[in-house]
Amino acid sequence: MSESSISLPGGLPEAGTKEVSKGTSASVVEALQEWVITVDHKKLGVLYILYGLVMFAVAGIEVLLIRIQLAAPGNHVVSAQVFNRLFTMHGTTMIFFMVMPVVFGFGNYLMPLMLGVRDMAFPRLNAFSFWMTAFGGLLLYYSFLGGTGLQGAGTAPDVAWFAYAPLTERAFSRGHSTDFWALSLIVSGFGSIGTAVNFLATAFCLRCKGMKLFRMPLFVWLYIVTSALLILAVSPLTAAQVMLLIDRYLGGHFFDTQAGGSAVLWAHFFWIFGHPEVYVLVMPAFGMASEIIPVFSRKAIFGYAAMVAASVCIAFVSLSVWAHHMFTVGMSAPGNAFFALSTMIVGIPTGIKIFNWLATLWGGKIRFTVPMCFSLAFLFQFLIAGLTGIMLSVAPFNWQLHNSYFVVAHFHYVIVGAIVFMVFAGFYFWYPKVTGRLLNERLGKLHFWLFLIGFHLTFDFMHIPGILGMPRQIYTYEADRGWGPLNLVVSIGAFIQAAAVVIFVVNLLTSVFRGKLAGPDPWDAWTLEWTTSSPPPPYNFDVEPVVSSARPLWDLKHPEDPDSFNSGARS
Amino acid sequence: MRSRRNTVFVILVSVFCCGSPLVARESQTNIFSPRSGPAHSIYSLSQFTLAITGLIFVVVAGLLLYAIIRFRHRPTDDGSEPPQIFGSTQIELSWTIIPILIVTVLFLTTARVIFYIQDAPKPPSALEVTVIGHQFWWEIRYPALHVVTANELHVPISTSGAPAPTFLKLTSADVIHSFWVPELAGKTDLFPNRINELWMSPETAGVYKGQCAQFCGTEHAKMLLRVYADTPEAFAAWIREQQSPAIVSTSDRALEGRKQFESQACINCHAVGGTVANGRFGPDLTHLMSRDTLASGAAPNTAENLARWIDDPDTFKQGSLMPSMHLTKAQVEQITAYLVTLK
Repeated sequence: MSESSISLPGGLPEAGTKEVSKGTSASVVEALQEWVITVDHKKLGVLYILYGLVMFAVAGIEVLLIRIQLAAPGNHVVSAQVFNRLFTMHGTTMIFFMVMPVVFGFGNYLMPLMLGVRDMAFPRLNAFSFWMTAFGGLLLYYSFLGGTGLQGAGTAPDVAWFAYAPLTERAFSRGHSTDFWALSLIVSGFGSIGTAVNFLATAFCLRCKGMKLFRMPLFVWLYIVTSALLILAVSPLTAAQVMLLIDRYLGGHFFDTQAGGSAVLWAHFFWIFGHPEVYVLVMPAFGMASEIIPVFSRKAIFGYAAMVAASVCIAFVSLSVWAHHMFTVGMSAPGNAFFALSTMIVGIPTGIKIFNWLATLWGGKIRFTVPMCFSLAFLFQFLIAGLTGIMLSVAPFNWQLHNSYFVVAHFHYVIVGAIVFMVFAGFYFWYPKVTGRLLNERLGKLHFWLFLIGFHLTFDFMHIPGILGMPRQIYTYEADRGWGPLNLVVSIGAFIQAAAVVIFVVNLLTSVFRGKLAGPDPWDAWTLEWTTSSPPPPYNFDVEPVVSSARPLWDLKHPEDPDSFNSGARS
Repeated sequence: MRSRRNTVFVILVSVFCCGSPLVARESQTNIFSPRSGPAHSIYSLSQFTLAITGLIFVVVAGLLLYAIIRFRHRPTDDGSEPPQIFGSTQIELSWTIIPILIVTVLFLTTARVIFYIQDAPKPPSALEVTVIGHQFWWEIRYPALHVVTANELHVPISTSGAPAPTFLKLTSADVIHSFWVPELAGKTDLFPNRINELWMSPETAGVYKGQCAQFCGTEHAKMLLRVYADTPEAFAAWIREQQSPAIVSTSDRALEGRKQFESQACINCHAVGGTVANGRFGPDLTHLMSRDTLASGAAPNTAENLARWIDDPDTFKQGSLMPSMHLTKAQVEQITAYLVTLK
């Protein structure tokens, strides 16, 4: 194995290393069964990612229908009812069953490798969490068949992804569509909490020798922050869903305004979950950026400790900003001022992160590989998303922008422009580790440029109808408002993005067989996952690694200038 | 002022790499063409915010672009690794302190506008109106003037010489809605079991458009809203007209239609002042024909559209809560003939 992996000095041979014998007569059924019953973090990581990609396709088709409907004023491609289901399902799927599984998948696959350990802390909990998440998504989509109960055509939820009460109460939402929505989020919520617990336990308890907390890759740090936020954020959501079901079936009146319940209460519950959730999704993207940008700038990350501090700081502040989604509910002036201030404060640690990435680029030798191209686009787009976020934090400005297409453009800038771009970067970067082969560079560049053009056509132009007074979640609009041409451009951009995603999927599928062989370390990188073979053996490392700095492979490659000597402050 | 406004547009255009001011000028719902007190102060605050964020964008994006071009890997490179720099306390401190200063300035400016708009004193000359959101229309009541109407809010214009702002009390009969007329004020939600306030002071007479801005169910898209800012004389005349009882029709067709109207389920939901019709679930029809639109702005209010609407509300509004009563053609014609007399 010596030529397919890079061995670190000072390691002890793994005790009782087993030879994996591939059954030559393993049937397809056996192979499938192996994937279903697996508790291996790498297999589960791949399952998470594949599941997320399937959901990405489903929710992508939903949004293409939405964009056809909105491409021209007064269109009648889908009815109002169908349109409302489409955007509800698009939002719920993309957040809970696309981005979350995909980032969990990356974390699952990479965290044990980066920490130099054999698996996650709780492999069985890990498998349980994945299947909970997966069944949650199936439950959501089963609503298409079972939404109205046993008789009738069936229908999906149509209450928008934030499902404001009392629209979700039985008086306004008959049938079972809202129940499926609530149940699917409860089920997948347990999965998320399980995964978060697992990430925390792995990072705090299972590091290899010499891997002090401040020698962990930033990727791991960011997953710690995400996991902590997840536990804090998902619990109130689950509580609120249970309360909603109590209202709907056990005669409770938490949100039932006709019986004296409170509609504002749901909004508080939802956004106490909903805002930290944004950071749950974006922190992993920060983590990937903090690994990929240094490698292709050929420099260590600038201000490692400040990056950790800024991430933890964002997490803390993000717990006190939820009501900036509620500036229009009629809070008192001091209340509005408080949440405006807390929201603006998030901009400070976020700014520190952007400046640190900038300083990492500064003085480097930047290589424009596909993952780096996506990461650089991420930097610009995240900057813009942050600045429109600052605009939205200005409460009076928010009274105009709230629930308009400007907000839709803003959060898609975060979720697509930052998170999805970084996830694509992550795919190109770590795909060779998972499959042993590199993704095709030419198809990758085509994917990048096409997606970039489509993204900007869609989401740059989407800000303007918001400024011109177009509210979100409307299935049609009048021609005299002047929103038509802009919406047409937005729709064209959506289809260009879809074409780019098709190229990406083709690349993913063909490179498994025809990609260039990667070897253990195709990018000349520095963290532990690149020391083992690609793909890694089931036990991850031939010998248990021992590290003496944050960049063990740098130390190995540059014995004349090791980090362990330079960055003594951190060891 | 003009040039400042243009600068903001240019910044906006450069921030979002696009934008068509031409389209912007035609729109009647542009948030950057304020015509009323609160909308003006929001507009100047938004200009200030755009200037700050625009400046940050230019500086940071410029630095990023410079770094990417200047420090790109060159083919002539010797392949050695660049010097490894792990951080610098001074630099990191400076890019922490500068954002803190910016946030302080922005917050103080924001807080001023929040308090100015939310704690605005209510002058004795102010008009009070109650707006109640319904799935999918607006009930409008002038409690002191004993006027009830729907979907089209009439308010007097308010000039600096004769300030006559309108204070709205907002609430909802069912789910959450949001009142948004961008040229007059920012949006405020209508919650069941709760009363929110919103004020406006339109300076020029005219029609201002808006619509529900909080997803409220199937026909959220067609819960449109119109505000008519009238001169004081026109407003007084409108109020007098609305206060008068429903016109008693004399023509045979209209009388026949009234009989039909009052013997069908129409009166369970609709009211016509001075008759047995006193339902409250749907819009008040006492002065139906004084309104320009039907079904909360879904169609122009003509006799022909009215007949189609009564025959099958789904023609204009798929998820409207008004049912099709399966009336005969003759009944629809009679009821329409009656309703068009309600001026």
